Amino acid sequence: MNDDASLLKAQPERTQKSWVWAVLAAVLVLLLVLSVFLGRYPQAGVLRIDQLRDNLLAQRLVVNVRIPRLLTSLLLGMVLAASGTVFQMIFANPLVEPGFLGVSQGAAFGAALAIVFFSASAALVQGMAALFAFAGLGFSYLLARRIRVGSWLLRLILAGIAVSALFSAGLGIVKYLADPLRQLPEITFWMLGGLASITWTKFLAVLPACLLGLAVIFAFRWRLNLLALDETTAFSLGAAPRRERLVMMIAAVLATSAIISVAGMVGWIGLIIPHIARRLVGSDTRRNLPAAILLGGAFGVICDDLARMLMAGEIPLGILTSLLGAAIFIILMARGLGKGVRA
Amino acid sequence: MSASLLSFEHAAFGYTRSKPIFTDLNYQLRRGTLTVILGPNGIGKTTLLYLALGWLQPSAGQVLLENRPLQDYSRAEIGRRVSLVPQTERQPYSYTVLEYVLFGRAPHLALFGAPGEKDEQAARQALARAGIPELAGAYVDQLSGGEGQLVLIARALAQEPRVLLLDEPSAHLDLGNKYRLMQTLSDLRKHGTTILMTTHDPEIALSISDETVLVDGSGSVTVGTPAQLLTAESLSRLYHLPEGALEIRPSHPGIVLRRL
Repeated sequence: MNDDASLLKAQPERTQKSWVWAVLAAVLVLLLVLSVFLGRYPQAGVLRIDQLRDNLLAQRLVVNVRIPRLLTSLLLGMVLAASGTVFQMIFANPLVEPGFLGVSQGAAFGAALAIVFFSASAALVQGMAALFAFAGLGFSYLLARRIRVGSWLLRLILAGIAVSALFSAGLGIVKYLADPLRQLPEITFWMLGGLASITWTKFLAVLPACLLGLAVIFAFRWRLNLLALDETTAFSLGAAPRRERLVMMIAAVLATSAIISVAGMVGWIGLIIPHIARRLVGSDTRRNLPAAILLGGAFGVICDDLARMLMAGEIPLGILTSLLGAAIFIILMARGLGKGVRA
Repeated sequence: MSASLLSFEHAAFGYTRSKPIFTDLNYQLRRGTLTVILGPNGIGKTTLLYLALGWLQPSAGQVLLENRPLQDYSRAEIGRRVSLVPQTERQPYSYTVLEYVLFGRAPHLALFGAPGEKDEQAARQALARAGIPELAGAYVDQLSGGEGQLVLIARALAQEPRVLLLDEPSAHLDLGNKYRLMQTLSDLRKHGTTILMTTHDPEIALSISDETVLVDGSGSVTVGTPAQLLTAESLSRLYHLPEGALEIRPSHPGIVLRRL
């Protein structure tokens, strides 16, 4: 084995795309700084430095409204992209997103319930949405344990579909019972998603859960690769696939339910951003998870900038993320899903 | 150090109570040998491997790894001693071969760890031992069946195991790839790796095994050298063939199905 030494040194195969990180980080920082100055006050477009210096209202607006909202949109994108990556790995399927195990429908049902029956204080709507999002995961998990057919992952998917359907039926009932002039529009707007009502209090309330979820996912990022393998294989590599998948799911859903409790239903980020990250830096989650977090943050900020700037009235964020996300998805599909994904 | 690396002592196992696969399995895998498990489809060959891996646990009796019950080891401890090459593997995403082989380092890493330079060296060494160092930068979903099988072997070797388990490694390979695979396995054995593999192909057992294990559905196994066990009579019985269907020519090792 004389050739070993030279073999071990030669590393022409590894692509060192360090510039990707520099570009991603730079774009994100630039976006954040720029977004502070973008808006519709005092005029639509860019807030000038002298206005920020002289106009007290503009200062207050930036500090109390724009910055917490900006940070929430950043967090939203990061959380949904990271959770999406987790779900796509755990289910070894590039077409799942963090809401699909009864999480999204659970949140919608919880929020609607609070709006109609509990006088809709903002804190209660958030709390119920987060609670029922988590309940969606819990029910799906428990139901999957009871199902007697198929592999564990198939059972989870089936259970998720069933639980989502139950919650969406429940949501239908609540909507039917809602006051059509007062409550129904509120439910509808909540489900369209948006960050118009974000304050520092709301942002800080969801920040710990989001950071905890993100930190667990980030620390676990290389091992996430193993969880996409067959259970026997993952076991033979020293992993405890079921237990580790459950921990990752809880971390992802904890962060997701926290953020959608204040942002409402914001789709497509969790589905599309992991794809783009895989294309950019490859399939190894040690690299593509951080890339997804940066990209997701940027996507969240861009979408929310557009939501508050494009028109005099606010465009619901969920509409923009779906529109942009679906457009990107179609482009990716038309060009083949790319080397990061086996179609 | 005892010669026995893995031993089954009165092990029993069945997926359902009414249909046991093993009732009294006694077998010792000797260190440094290449052992082939032979038997018809669905008889329990893979089950035997899963018992050796600890993925399945015997309902009675025990499986010992280096004289210690398998369930006393942590998963990572097993992963550093026993590795598995599955028959096929789902690969939903397109990794490079090096990234994929690095997964084999998982049992050597902490829960929140990631492979470093040493692990990369081990992975490259494993690729070299599997005979495919040049594939490090290729993508796993663009390999041929034979290359894919060698990548799985390299990943298993990256675990630096004491025993390598292979499940039907030649199942989907053409003649040329089958030959190269057998050559790789034979080289590994020469360099001291203990190998336990299943196959439905008696010829593989005849050409490379030191020891053969016949799983015949009786609830136990028969162990012996290939010369002792691979006779026309025993194989005919094992595969339910009519008398005279098989011929074994001692002068030219090989098993021939009679021309019909």
